[in-house]
Amino acid sequence: MVVDKHGSPLLAEDNISPDTRHGVILYVEDVSVSFDGFKALNDLSLYINDGELRCLIGANGAGKTTLMDVITGKTKPDVGKVSFGQQVNLLDMDETQIARAGIGRKFQKPTVFEKLTVFENLELSLAGDKGIWTNLFHKLSGEQKDEIGKILHTIGLVKECNMLAGALSHGQKQWLEIGMLLAAKPRLLLVDEPVAGMTAQETERTAELLTSLAGEHSVVVVEHDMAFVRSIARKVTVLHQGSVLAEGSMSEIQANPEVVRVYLGEETGDA
Amino acid sequence: MLRTFCLVITLLMSVFSASAYSDEFETLVQQLPHKNLRNITPVLTQIAEQDNEQVRFVLTEALNGDLYYLKSNKQVVSIRKTSSGDYTATQIIGGQVLQNQSKSDMKKIKTSNSIRSEIRGLLAQIDLTHKNKNVRLGAVKQILDDPSDDSINLIKARLTQEEDADVVELIETAIAVNQLKNADDETKLATVEQLKQSLEPAVRNAMVAQINRLNEIDASELSATQKQLKNELNKAIESIKQQRSVYEFIENLFFGLSLGSVLLLAAIGLAITFGVMGVINMAHGEMIMLGAYTTYVIQQMFPQWIDYSLFIAIPAAFLVSGFVGILIERGVIRFLKGRPLETLLATFGISLILQQLVRSVFSPLNRTVAAPEWMSGSWQINPIFSITFNRLYIVIFALTVFFALLAFMKRSSLGLHVRAVAQNREMARALSVRSDRVDAITFGLGSGIAGIAGVVLSQLTNVGPNLGQSYIIDSFLVVVFGGVGNLWGTLVAAMSLGTINKFLEPVTGSVLATIIVLVGLVLFIQKRPKGLFPQKGRAAE
Amino acid sequence: MIPNSIQSLFSNSAFKKLGSLPFVVGCLFITTLYVAVCNLAFPADSALHVSTYTVTLFGKYLCYALLALAVDLVWGYCGILSLGHGAFFALGGYAMGMYLMRQIGDRGVYGNPELPDFMVFLNWDSLPWYWAGSDSFIWMIVMVLAGPGLLAYIFGSMAFRSRVSGVYLSIMTQAVTYALMLAFFRNEMGFGGNNGLTDFKDILGFSLQSDTTRVVLFALTATFLALGFALCHFIVNSKMGRVVTAIRDSENRVRFIGYKPEHYKVWIFVVSAMLAGIAGALYVPQVGIINPGEFSPLNSIEMVVWVAIGGRGSLYGAIIGALVVSYAKTRFTAIMPEAWLYALGGLFVLVTLLLPKGIAGFVPAIADKFKANKSTKNTQSVSNKTTPEVK
Repeated sequence: MVVDKHGSPLLAEDNISPDTRHGVILYVEDVSVSFDGFKALNDLSLYINDGELRCLIGANGAGKTTLMDVITGKTKPDVGKVSFGQQVNLLDMDETQIARAGIGRKFQKPTVFEKLTVFENLELSLAGDKGIWTNLFHKLSGEQKDEIGKILHTIGLVKECNMLAGALSHGQKQWLEIGMLLAAKPRLLLVDEPVAGMTAQETERTAELLTSLAGEHSVVVVEHDMAFVRSIARKVTVLHQGSVLAEGSMSEIQANPEVVRVYLGEETGDA
Repeated sequence: MLRTFCLVITLLMSVFSASAYSDEFETLVQQLPHKNLRNITPVLTQIAEQDNEQVRFVLTEALNGDLYYLKSNKQVVSIRKTSSGDYTATQIIGGQVLQNQSKSDMKKIKTSNSIRSEIRGLLAQIDLTHKNKNVRLGAVKQILDDPSDDSINLIKARLTQEEDADVVELIETAIAVNQLKNADDETKLATVEQLKQSLEPAVRNAMVAQINRLNEIDASELSATQKQLKNELNKAIESIKQQRSVYEFIENLFFGLSLGSVLLLAAIGLAITFGVMGVINMAHGEMIMLGAYTTYVIQQMFPQWIDYSLFIAIPAAFLVSGFVGILIERGVIRFLKGRPLETLLATFGISLILQQLVRSVFSPLNRTVAAPEWMSGSWQINPIFSITFNRLYIVIFALTVFFALLAFMKRSSLGLHVRAVAQNREMARALSVRSDRVDAITFGLGSGIAGIAGVVLSQLTNVGPNLGQSYIIDSFLVVVFGGVGNLWGTLVAAMSLGTINKFLEPVTGSVLATIIVLVGLVLFIQKRPKGLFPQKGRAAE
Repeated sequence: MIPNSIQSLFSNSAFKKLGSLPFVVGCLFITTLYVAVCNLAFPADSALHVSTYTVTLFGKYLCYALLALAVDLVWGYCGILSLGHGAFFALGGYAMGMYLMRQIGDRGVYGNPELPDFMVFLNWDSLPWYWAGSDSFIWMIVMVLAGPGLLAYIFGSMAFRSRVSGVYLSIMTQAVTYALMLAFFRNEMGFGGNNGLTDFKDILGFSLQSDTTRVVLFALTATFLALGFALCHFIVNSKMGRVVTAIRDSENRVRFIGYKPEHYKVWIFVVSAMLAGIAGALYVPQVGIINPGEFSPLNSIEMVVWVAIGGRGSLYGAIIGALVVSYAKTRFTAIMPEAWLYALGGLFVLVTLLLPKGIAGFVPAIADKFKANKSTKNTQSVSNKTTPEVK
């Protein structure tokens, strides 16, 4: 059995809960990342409040996905501080530990386990012991089944429960992925382009879903679709060339001349 | 020595058939059966003065006691014992070969000890005055290794006429070594000073012999000169040792680079197909093998042009392997795009088929590819360090191929297309790059270069059906070690692996060296999965 | 004509839980019984007699089948294409070979009671330290599991932790196997060099030449294959197995929902290596020799072909693949030896191009078709993939 550095397969992260007494769940401070001299993130600082729904927008290459990578431990920044609540330093943790601590991430491209059923996808995502031996002899409890049923309901895939995830439509996969995040009961959800490739109807449902999640969870949404952002956003952060360009409500952002110049130019043109 | 001797024999044989030699030489040779021990020397001396290719041969045969004459017609012959116990006699004049001779039909042209020593002198004289500088050097070197008073006198005499600086230096060394052995201690002391820089093994041996002689004398009985001599000798030997280790290092380095060049040639095709295209071609080794067999076939087709056939073989091997590569790409690999593990398996299957095909066509036995004249021989830089031409050419050739490829990838429009497709297939296609065609050509290019590697390998090892298999793992490791998609990385990786291997070899033996390098590489890749020069950024994910 | 009972095997959803387990175990049991009775009870000239040669040959096939299971477990379910399972097989084989070597005792050519012949030949005067305990049967069993397991653990934990995957991993497994082959070829390694370990006399006091021992070995192999199958079946059908399958599909996603994929991969790799080791240990007493040739990269790749042809991601498929390909090899090499490599190479290409799911991917399709034809009144699709089922 492989025991990791915390000593027990029942990992210490299970006990990690972010300290949010100041109302902030995620601190990103002065973070810089560069690839071969190109600065993907440049001295970026960002604070996400507990229970907030935040939208991140920015042109391609503004650093949105890199920021997600840094928060979830996929990329280590050159300098800077990232912490979950006040104490939990995310830079010392790997992806798995960060996930167990309660940060869930949905990828840009929907990634679900295509060869498993929708039910099994959710089963694997449930919060709980993720060790090998427990899972070898694991049986689903009634509570867990109920939990999965609830999530299936939330994401509207009750009927598709026993379908292979690979057979789902693109939009359904996006929802399943969100459902998988929910099953893990995260405190913070990072959602990368949730409505890419969705029909208008699906987009609308996704908007409802995400808004309903805020409050209980903190949600950060990265999206290109400005109409969608407008429909859900309370607070918007604009990234530009790896740093925060502006922050505020949608109307404030739209009024910001800087933003208009670098990003919203054509958008406002046809709005 | 043996080699020059064989060479002389071959030369002689060709001369026999041409039957163009001076009458005087013939007359002299024909006199030999009529002479006895007392009056044969002047004839031999006269023979030695003749300007004839066979002079050396006749004298050597006489020296070795292989010179006979037939009782029946007094023809002078040189004889060789055959495995069946009888003799083969070759007439000196006319070159006619007589099989199955009995010794009772022949009579030996007798020599005595003093005559033989005379002959040795004559031979040395011939060589020392030979118009080819290398022959002269060889003769002096022989005297240096095995001196006698006579031969020392010979070279002393030669010194006055010799014009070539290298020969003069060697003669001086030989004379000095002789002094070191035989002169008084004062002279020896001066000689040590003179010989300090020489790397000739004979010099060192002579010095060590002197040290040993001095060590046998009790320290209290040594004269002041002897003490000084001992001191100087020790210093000289130490300095020679240091120089030797420097050259040993350089030699290892050179061997390493030449092994590295072979690895580079084997891997660079893979750096294109695997590194740039991302296609796993387990049949890459077989592309190398096909190139080697192409060389073999071309040599078989033009046996009279061994010296030039390599120049035909290089483009031919490129075409053959490249063509097969394109066939593989079009026939199999393109259907497996984006499924690397399947590609690996399918191309492995192809490699099995190709190996078996070669076995069926050429037999499972190894074939030898002859090396052209200009590839053999070596460049003697100093007495203990020489560079063999074939290794030197291989290093040069590998680098040439590398830079040609690099230039092709960076400068040509096809190279640009290749890189474009490798980085973003959809985008390239949208920009009307015909990605299918680019794929096929790139794969053909990588395979073709593997074919060229095969031509080179055919010069180093025997050509057999398993030739490629032994290089495939190495090639992959070189590419991965260097960093996939980075041609410079491949160069550095190949050269460093070759060098490490050659430096390990004297310590651990070659098999263990290979094992150590393999395991080391595997460990390295665990530490840095992206190799020495990784690609960074999101695109690399 | 497929009998009804077998046919229902692949379509009956109630059967899904146990899958092909009872069928495979049943087949193995019947074969073993048949072989044992026909070899031992019938005289050699009887038409029903199964020759000892055949028993050994089939025993060999079953070892291969167990090995194929091991390969399938990591490749088919976890997506790790190991080109080095031959090494685990050979290590298990060497552990057994060492034990058998020591059982020879003073009956060797040189009559040395302590040292095997090849060591006497090399003028060694004592056993190397790693041969300590090799005369104990229990120790041998430990080594059969520990040798391959340890190698898999060390290699796996390093490779998976640094996230080496896909083709890189395959090439590295091949490189390690190749290095081991070179090492075992060396006489100084103390494993008999080129010739390997051979000339075995008996095992636990039973002569390896006797028919009864052969049949018992065969039966043991069949039992281990059945146990191995049951174990793999249990693993892949547990939640743990689903995590492993998930890793194959998207390792990153697994990581981001809080599992440690590298731990799972190491675990499954070690289990698979041990199974391969057991297969090797059972193989050696039956064929009577183990030499470094077993490490050759070609061998490891042949194992992958069994699984590819049988159908990866299907346990019974792996067994079928091993049996079919090995049998074909025996036939081919007997009739026209040169053709074998053509056939093997061709199989690689054809299977990857045309039959990505192997034979096992074929069977359910045929069975479905068969059933659909038979029960035309049943309009619903039989595929249980699309049948809704509320849990």
